[in-house]
Amino acid sequence: MPLLEISSLGVDYRTSRGTVHAVEDVSFSLEKGETLGLAGESGSGKSTLGLSIMRLVPYPGVIAKGRIKIGGKDILKLPEQEMRLIRGRKVAYVFQDPMISLNPVKRIGAHFTELINTHEPTTRKEAAFERTSDILKNLGLLPERINDYPHQFSGGMRQRIMIGLAIALNPDLVIADEPTTALDVIVQAKILDLLEGLRKTYGMALILISHDVSILLERCDKIIVMYAGHMVEYANSTELHKNPKHPYTQGLLQSIPNIELTDQKLSAIPGSPPNMLNPPKGCRFWPRCSHAKKKCSSKEPPLIDVGNNHFVRCFLYTEEGANNE
Amino acid sequence: MSEIIKAEQLKKYFPVQKSFLEQLFTRKMSYVKAVDDVTFSVKKGEIFTLAGESGCGKTTTGRLVVRLLKPTSGAIYFNGEDVTKLEGEKLRLLRRKMQIIFQDPYASLNPRMRLGDAVGHPLEIHGLATGEEKQKIVLDVLDKVGLSPPEQFIDLFPHQLSGGQRQRAALARSIILKPDFIVADEPVSMIDVSLRTTIIDLMLGFRKKLGLTYLFITHDLAVAKYISDRIAIMYLGKIIEMGSKERLFLNPMHPYTQALLSAIPVPDPKRKRKMIELKGEVPSAINIPSGCRFHPRCSYKKDECAEKEPQLIEVEKDHYVECSLY
Repeated sequence: MPLLEISSLGVDYRTSRGTVHAVEDVSFSLEKGETLGLAGESGSGKSTLGLSIMRLVPYPGVIAKGRIKIGGKDILKLPEQEMRLIRGRKVAYVFQDPMISLNPVKRIGAHFTELINTHEPTTRKEAAFERTSDILKNLGLLPERINDYPHQFSGGMRQRIMIGLAIALNPDLVIADEPTTALDVIVQAKILDLLEGLRKTYGMALILISHDVSILLERCDKIIVMYAGHMVEYANSTELHKNPKHPYTQGLLQSIPNIELTDQKLSAIPGSPPNMLNPPKGCRFWPRCSHAKKKCSSKEPPLIDVGNNHFVRCFLYTEEGANNE
Repeated sequence: MSEIIKAEQLKKYFPVQKSFLEQLFTRKMSYVKAVDDVTFSVKKGEIFTLAGESGCGKTTTGRLVVRLLKPTSGAIYFNGEDVTKLEGEKLRLLRRKMQIIFQDPYASLNPRMRLGDAVGHPLEIHGLATGEEKQKIVLDVLDKVGLSPPEQFIDLFPHQLSGGQRQRAALARSIILKPDFIVADEPVSMIDVSLRTTIIDLMLGFRKKLGLTYLFITHDLAVAKYISDRIAIMYLGKIIEMGSKERLFLNPMHPYTQALLSAIPVPDPKRKRKMIELKGEVPSAINIPSGCRFHPRCSYKKDECAEKEPQLIEVEKDHYVECSLY
């Protein structure tokens, strides 16, 4: 049984100006210990997808369709009280901005003891403190700093603390939403190394959300590419790098500079991402796609299995698509 | 090639605000040494990049060069003329020749000004064109930056544009006066990846077509490598290594540059890079370490590093490094 199973998930934001289908028809599964990357630009729905796994999609968002199963249990059917037992214990979330994700008037130790107390009311305070010191040590922080306040730590250290809070209850799955976007490259590499190390030690699965495809290619087993709420491609990272199928993925990979190459020629994807209140009909990428045909603007392409555990949402890879025009 | 910009021993110290009590008991002022003795020159027609982590002083240096900030000491030469102390009318005339593009296209355009007015504003300020003449120039420039058909964009407000379109508008505004030199401060870091290349390509195109010179500021060394001719790496207010792109990336010499380059993610799953570990974090710019400011984190440090500040020396042709190892 897979650890996480998502089928035909749809998340809507019902705003006063109309409904935004932020995530539409997304299905995938994740095994224990795997690392999955969610790639996409701003507004592609990657964070919404991550938050929906915690059932934390903010107002006016609602999970409109589909199923999310964690360890075989459909969490969308659970009452809120039971859901609280899953958050933190089974699935934990690391937010993007470490500067605003910690309570400024609480000591670091209190962040941990509160979490441990809520989920394990029988654990004694001393034991909780001891566990916190161990976690801080694992994060490369001095255990003496347990009584410091968040403002006494740098951005990189705060992100370490956030990661520590996420792994404190030894969850099966950690979702890290742009965990290093606010940080400098050297700190970023350290944090990603830390996440990878912890993942191996604790045997948890990891979903890494990022707009930076370089990071995902480097760190993840599998990658999902999102575009305007659609999952446009899904493959393991070596396959995706070697053999990108969707025109959007191809364009994306050609637009990231590689520090190891000299005289690299970058090319851009023309146009810009659609307004999600009024997305294009059919395939959401067609106005920017150089392979677009008539059909693309009227019908939504299905997710096609191209073999090798590689899926792509594009008419180019249907049987008719190849022969058509 | 002649030098269009020359910065000599540029320094910018910002005083630290102290509480009332502290002011009573201490005389000594403390300063954030944002830029601490920086010397470089930009040759005509090239793209010179200042790169480094946040807080290294790259943006402050850029602002000093276009005289948006007054240097604490040091001098700036533009086409050989000392512009460090220019004021009033003379400074205004200088601004016609040097422009700046800011990082955040959501903040750099007045939300209550229509695009045509915002882009054409410099023409009015400098009294170069008004009315129909101005309109014509604005349309032409908007077309050049790819906001076409320009007639459709001229009456829009910034909130009706996407981030990429706004940055194009900012670019249009910076070239409308036909400057010789543009400081581009992280112009693509807030733009989606798929649109970055178009902005970069536009900038590269203008260099040829309009004979522009750029001072490019970025934290992203992969972008720096793609766009620049020469690169300077900054750390805590100083340039610690500077050289042609080829030499710098092929043969990084400063221990900090080596670590910085090793930390950049490479978009290739097969490639397992070896990261050079750096101890600790960047110290505060208020209390800069003695001697070489990198020594507390350096794994090659010798005793002298804590005492003597190394000088920027030329180690090979067009490659300078500030480290006592060489």
